[in-house]
Amino acid sequence: MSADIIGMIKENVIQGRKTRDDVGIDESLSGTPGVLELTESALKENISSEKIIIGALTPGMEIVGEKFSTKEYFIPDMLASADAVGAAMDILKPYLEKSNVPTKGKFVITTVKGDIHDIGKNIVAILLKGAGYQVNDIGIDVPEDKIISVVREEQPDYLGLSALLTTTMTEMDAVIKALKENDLRDRVKVLIGGAAVSDEYAREIDADAFCADGFQAIKVLEKFETA
Amino acid sequence: MPREGILVSSPVERLTGEQVQQIHDASIEILADPRLLCFNQKAAEIFQSHGAEVKSVSGSTIPCWSVKIPEKLVADALQKAPKKVTLGARNPDNALIMKGDEPRVFFITGSETNTWLDVDFSTYVNKTDSAKEIEIPEFKPRRGTLADLCDSAHVCEHLETVDGYIRTVNIQDRDITEDNKDVNKFFACLNNTTKHVMSGLTNLKQLDNVVRMAEIIAGGPEKLKENPLISFITCLVKSPLQFVDDTTETFMEVCKRGLPIVVSSSPQAGTSAPIKEAGIMAQINAEVLAGITLGQLVNKGTPVLYGSVPVRARMDTLGDSYGSVETSQYHVDCTQMARFYNLPNYSTSGVCDTKMPGQQSSIERLFSDIVVALSGPQFLHCAFGLLDCNSVFCLLQAVLDDAHFQMIKFFLKSPRIDEQELDLVKKQIREVVATPQKMFINYIRPVMRSGEISPPYPFEGDGESDSVFALANERLKELRSKPVEHIDPNTTARIFQEIPGLLPRLNVYEGER
Repeated sequence: MSADIIGMIKENVIQGRKTRDDVGIDESLSGTPGVLELTESALKENISSEKIIIGALTPGMEIVGEKFSTKEYFIPDMLASADAVGAAMDILKPYLEKSNVPTKGKFVITTVKGDIHDIGKNIVAILLKGAGYQVNDIGIDVPEDKIISVVREEQPDYLGLSALLTTTMTEMDAVIKALKENDLRDRVKVLIGGAAVSDEYAREIDADAFCADGFQAIKVLEKFETA
Repeated sequence: MPREGILVSSPVERLTGEQVQQIHDASIEILADPRLLCFNQKAAEIFQSHGAEVKSVSGSTIPCWSVKIPEKLVADALQKAPKKVTLGARNPDNALIMKGDEPRVFFITGSETNTWLDVDFSTYVNKTDSAKEIEIPEFKPRRGTLADLCDSAHVCEHLETVDGYIRTVNIQDRDITEDNKDVNKFFACLNNTTKHVMSGLTNLKQLDNVVRMAEIIAGGPEKLKENPLISFITCLVKSPLQFVDDTTETFMEVCKRGLPIVVSSSPQAGTSAPIKEAGIMAQINAEVLAGITLGQLVNKGTPVLYGSVPVRARMDTLGDSYGSVETSQYHVDCTQMARFYNLPNYSTSGVCDTKMPGQQSSIERLFSDIVVALSGPQFLHCAFGLLDCNSVFCLLQAVLDDAHFQMIKFFLKSPRIDEQELDLVKKQIREVVATPQKMFINYIRPVMRSGEISPPYPFEGDGESDSVFALANERLKELRSKPVEHIDPNTTARIFQEIPGLLPRLNVYEGER
């Protein structure tokens, strides 16, 4: 039974079905439980959160990643799967806190002051959550002092700053300077992204990395972890 | 089920209703004065026996008759000509049904080119930095052969957007003669594609052999009438307003056999027609109407296509300029004229002036492909793979064209907007606006694999370099490796037994005996 439910969670991750209302690629699954319902059932059957993650969520996402790289899957498929995994992680969070399962890290993400564009930031947040990071999306048009206060209180491992406009990208520079002034810069790695910015700009403002998209963000984070 | 083609819901039209009528009236006037010059005696006699005023032209080095076609004769012919023409196919699922009042477009290859362009990829190394390499295609022209024609028909069988096949290459093998060319070219086409095959005829003496071959494949004369898997195109008109002796003869003989035929005229604005749009339109329309009239007089009910291939002259050489914008304008106008008569239209697009695949070729052909397709001709000879004003054929270009036509076909799909659809999207908008992320991504997936979203350009590179040719070449290799659905062994044996002149190397079962 345990193997069955783990297999079903993994299959529904691959199908990108968060709940029973979602449509996957295999139409025969329509109306059957999705990742959320199956994760709840698994917990009721006393299957450990560790087993759910290692046996279903992670390998499921690995297969989704392979399908994406071979162009069988597209970003909407990837996001649906990541969203399903992210939702499962929310349910598993209290169990994980009690267990010894190591988490990948805490990630605060935001669009900087003056900028209300958030499609890219939202996609990155979903992908990171699906990849196992604990993501706190603090929204759009967020002023520097609020970002500093969140970093101070939550002590995230990573801070993601997003800006679409050339007029708002300079706000990233201001945030990094404020982190330095508040002795927080060494405690958090800063990743920047958005159409207006680049590798060169990241170096210029002393950010730790520029990420062109969510997939690059995951790769950058993996590099940080292994460094 | 026949092929669907693509129905153009709102065809592009350049002419007002009044202008269409004015062109028609001018054409009728032209047929009365200066009249048609007919170099074929039988045709002149047929016109005369049906009330046309025919006079022998004195002083002409070859026999020639001046024919004044009365308006009533044209009107009767337009009434008798079928408004629906079926072009059958070896595989009946590939049949094309063309209705004069329905702007449903079918995309067809052609025409016959003398030069076949091979493609090789060579690697070039940067002189100052040997680590930098690029692959560049090199195009090598050579004379087209029978094997090339088989190759082309086979690849076009597998190109999704190709609805029918006109031979793309003139077979110039040493053992091809005027007497055996027609049977070999028709067999090469029919044996390598299950789609409709249209061709011109080199030698009228071969017509019955070609028709017999088609009858054997179709299952008999009656079956061929039901499923006319071959059709013909004749350029009986030499602009301005002349009926050529031999092609007019061929035209009449095909009409007698009741097989579908294109009445084609190809005047060049500036040399063989007036440079002004009104002039070339009035003239080409008169020429095509004269051909249609002759066809119906020869055999009432002959399925004819209103064939229009007008072109503007280049100002630097006075050669054809198919890439010129005016050429597309004339084609769109002709499609509208054919629709005025409720006759299916044979039109042309995609012919380009450049000699090899590249940016100029893409720009020239795409411009006319889009605008002419939007006008809704039923039979769109869209120059798959053709270059240098239809004198060169390159399969790599045909593969690139297929991608263009997939985009055009997608664009021409009818909009899906109705109450049910709007209720669904209003619900989605309300749901998404209420969420914090305000994104519609979750709704993409159900439609992503349903064909409602256009596929990406198939030869898209990585953004850093242009890999279009290399990727198209990979696709070409893939298409060439696909199986060929040949005519079955028994039918092939019968064809080789009954039809003289077929070259043994075309019999794919020969080695199996």
